[in-house]
Amino acid sequence: MFMPSNFDPSQIPLVPIVFWIMTLFTVGGAIGVVSSKKLFHSGLYLVLSFFGVAGYYVLLSAGFMAVVQLMVYVGAIAILILFAVMFSRRPMAAESQANRQWWLGLPLMLVLFVVLVVTVGSVAWPVSGAEPTADTVQQLGVAFLGSYLIPFEVVSVLLSVALIGAIILARGKVEGEETN
Amino acid sequence: MQGVIDFLVSLNIPYVNASVARYIVLQVLAAIVAVAAPAGLIILTWLERKIIARIQDRLGPNRAGPFGLLQAIADMVKMFTKEDITPAKADRLVYNIAPGLGMFAAIMAFAVIPFAPGFAGTQMNVGLLYIVAIGGLGTLAILMAGWASNNKYALLGAFRAVAMLLTYEIPMVMTLVMVAVVAGSMSMVDVVEAQSGMWFVVSMPVAFLIFFLSGVAEVGRSPFDLVEAESEIIAGFHTEYSGIKFGMIMIAEYVHMFALSFFTAVLFLGGWQIPFIDVAALPAPFAAILGLISLLVKVFFFVFVMMWLRGTLPRFRIDHLLDFGWKFLVPLTLVLLIGVAFVIRLFAPGSSVGIPVAAGPLSGLGMPGQVVALLVTNLLVLGLALVVVSSAARRTRSKALRAVSAVDSPVPTAGK
Repeated sequence: MFMPSNFDPSQIPLVPIVFWIMTLFTVGGAIGVVSSKKLFHSGLYLVLSFFGVAGYYVLLSAGFMAVVQLMVYVGAIAILILFAVMFSRRPMAAESQANRQWWLGLPLMLVLFVVLVVTVGSVAWPVSGAEPTADTVQQLGVAFLGSYLIPFEVVSVLLSVALIGAIILARGKVEGEETN
Repeated sequence: MQGVIDFLVSLNIPYVNASVARYIVLQVLAAIVAVAAPAGLIILTWLERKIIARIQDRLGPNRAGPFGLLQAIADMVKMFTKEDITPAKADRLVYNIAPGLGMFAAIMAFAVIPFAPGFAGTQMNVGLLYIVAIGGLGTLAILMAGWASNNKYALLGAFRAVAMLLTYEIPMVMTLVMVAVVAGSMSMVDVVEAQSGMWFVVSMPVAFLIFFLSGVAEVGRSPFDLVEAESEIIAGFHTEYSGIKFGMIMIAEYVHMFALSFFTAVLFLGGWQIPFIDVAALPAPFAAILGLISLLVKVFFFVFVMMWLRGTLPRFRIDHLLDFGWKFLVPLTLVLLIGVAFVIRLFAPGSSVGIPVAAGPLSGLGMPGQVVALLVTNLLVLGLALVVVSSAARRTRSKALRAVSAVDSPVPTAGK
């Protein structure tokens, strides 16, 4: 009754709709991070932003990256950030987010924004018509242990060093040890 | 499922073509799952109260309805009509969102479970990782609830809960990786298909145990329930919640428990498979119904085991819990993972489809050989771990004994 008779629901362009919803999450979350009055809320807006980025990964047919983004960023890094926020000085106080130098900051920000938009918009980005690769997980696995083996191992060593360093820093004074 | 879609298309409703019909069928199924998960809560609360009562040699609720079956409805009515108190200076937005987020995370986990041959919510090729990611979201909800309550004990409860959840996520993820290595894929549907030879509980019993125990810790059930610790820390992170928000947190916990039982059944007990019967080969309605029934039998068995554990075992202390997780389970799962990967490489059938894989040296022994080798590896690693732990415990005990007896050695003589 309200729609033309040749309306085909399967032809609704889903990709732009989902893209703009994810943009709302990502950019809205990012704006919330910097403009929120309570520090804990900033952390939660960051989580919303991470969800938006995970949605982008899904749109790009990188399902594995999306799930790893959720697992690593939301499940570990966001919790770490929230812990750090909770241990900081006044996380529950509502602070005003404006400061006195807005007369200098605002024009600079507008100029920077215009420069970025003009630069990005004036490039003819090459659009590839190729199909996104399907079984990315297998290819990632082969790449990790094949052509990218050395960076993979170096990253593992880096993570081990970070882990050991964190434990040493957090261990405090153990009885029988000299403190420097 | 394709039959239902074809039937819907054949009705010739305006605007309904094949893809729209598929969408409608998927939405209806998703609605059924999303409603059935909290609806299973009603059965689960009744089961829990009856089972724990019987373990404790009493009857359990038997007044509301025959055998107390309507007790859950009475509880729901009570919760809806309770006064909704928000503590002063609580962070309102976060306080209100946290229970909903917990429920959301628990119900979302049902999206990847294959209920019957052909009936999975979505056939993600990273289904196993999706489970882990959703678990992380539940952790975030607990942190939010504990923080927003503006209550020292709630915050402390939330910290302990997050520490425990992060600790036990590691063995759980390692066992999931083991399952992925043996099944050759991270998709839950493929894991069920890969168990058509032998269920993983037979070939990897230690991995099954570790997954189930870590899962019980992740859900926060007894004996790992210092998250709520009803007699210790008032009520942990949900101290300040009353009425329907508390109801939502309880729903989140029970649905999470339900989801864990589903995962264990799908990943280790073969999902919708029945031993010695090829369910996928049966005609369409029977395959789905039989598969679903067999899955539900396994799920309710695990639910029963979790309630049995709750009624029987005392609670762990937080430092015992964290020690057990980090010092025993994490090294054990790491060594087990290495062993399992080694065995799978030895027995890998070569394939030239997709990415070419050379056949492992022992692949001639086929699937039974692989199953036996996995079983032997599991038991060996467990035995090794127990030997190491017991010798370490013996050393600690003897050192403590020497320390205690050294203090007592100058025995004062009674006055002479």
